[in-house]
Amino acid sequence: MIRTARTILAKDLRLELRTKESVPAMTLFTLTVYVLFHFGLDRSSLDGSLASGVLWVTLLLAAVVGVARLFATEREEGGIDGLLLAPVDRTALFVAKGAALFLFLCAVELVALPAFALLLLGPGLLEPLPELLPVLLLANLGLAAVGALVAALAAETRAPELIVPLLLLPLLVPVLIAAAQATEPLLREDPSADNLGRWLGLLTLYDVVFVLLSVAVFDYLLED
Amino acid sequence: MIELDGLERRYGERVALRGITVRVPEGATLAVLGPNGAGKTTLLRVLAGLLRPHGGTATVLGVELPRERWRLHGRVGYLGHEPLLYRELSGRENLAYHARLHEVDGARVEQLLVAVGMRDRADEPLRDLSRGMVQRLAVARAVLHDPPLVLLDEPRSHLDPAVGEALEPLIGRTSGRTRVLVSHDVDRALDEADLALGLRGGRQVFAGRATPLEARELYR
Repeated sequence: MIRTARTILAKDLRLELRTKESVPAMTLFTLTVYVLFHFGLDRSSLDGSLASGVLWVTLLLAAVVGVARLFATEREEGGIDGLLLAPVDRTALFVAKGAALFLFLCAVELVALPAFALLLLGPGLLEPLPELLPVLLLANLGLAAVGALVAALAAETRAPELIVPLLLLPLLVPVLIAAAQATEPLLREDPSADNLGRWLGLLTLYDVVFVLLSVAVFDYLLED
Repeated sequence: MIELDGLERRYGERVALRGITVRVPEGATLAVLGPNGAGKTTLLRVLAGLLRPHGGTATVLGVELPRERWRLHGRVGYLGHEPLLYRELSGRENLAYHARLHEVDGARVEQLLVAVGMRDRADEPLRDLSRGMVQRLAVARAVLHDPPLVLLDEPRSHLDPAVGEALEPLIGRTSGRTRVLVSHDVDRALDEADLALGLRGGRQVFAGRATPLEARELYR
């Protein structure tokens, strides 16, 4: 299964490098939203809960852009049929798509975080970065698991671009709460790691539940 | 090899196939004929295990559908309307990808690129190739894992006659494979086939031997 997942993931990354469809779109979306917040809030800098909320809501909405495109190639070019005809474990497709989305989100954040710090954040980003990294990684994992599941579900519908946000955003509310709460103390003028362990625990629990749930139901999503 | 008895398939309330009964022995060719919307492509997709039958019984390569559908994976070559290849990847990359999914040796990819006459343009992305060249690569993809059964939906579409003949050892009668062949070229299909299945509106009009006259009646 892992070997098949690696094969599919390598194909997806190669396609992304060639087409440059998902990561640039997600990154541009994120930067645009930060610029909009910069002017819309009419404040030179943010900190605390407002900074944390702006950061995470924007990243979650960027994830929606990525999820909407996650199965687009498979749907448009018959990739799912090709996979269903092959003697492979279908869970490999979920693992590969989830891994691709995880890597896309990490790539977007490499640009989005410095931009966020530059355009909106009052306190520096370097000091809280070691504590922020596990929050980002765990949130990305949750986004990737739920995103791959929703993308597969939406791929079978007539309007996946419409279905993805409607299904995905409600499912991501726990991620938003935990990630924003974990990040809020880190983005204060005087950063601290209050309750960080508690929120990381909640993110881990969310990730475990949704990875297991997705693995359990993914096979059925591909049935006609 | 293929045994269908009263096969039925619906899309919601609409019946796409009903009462299809036919038996195709190993190594034989079944021509599936009928006008647009007759259910030909649906039948191929059911036989490939891509669609679930809703009634009757269907056994393909000794696999009872849909109960044991997973046992069919990797044993059927499917050449449908879509090439099932990625436009941004080259022919070689596409075939190598499918080879890995089917656990087929990379040497088979090179062998097939030569066989379909695409070795010289194997590294160009599919979007730069003509529809006929993509169809050649789709043929290579369909037989990459050397399946005993091939399901062919208009396999010669977009191909010039000479190329069509060149693909004969892969998907033609001489390939030795059991074949289900969908075609609108009635004379050629009947010439190539041992058996014919006539469909109209999802229902079976004839199964077995058919004359060109009977077959053409389907389209009136």
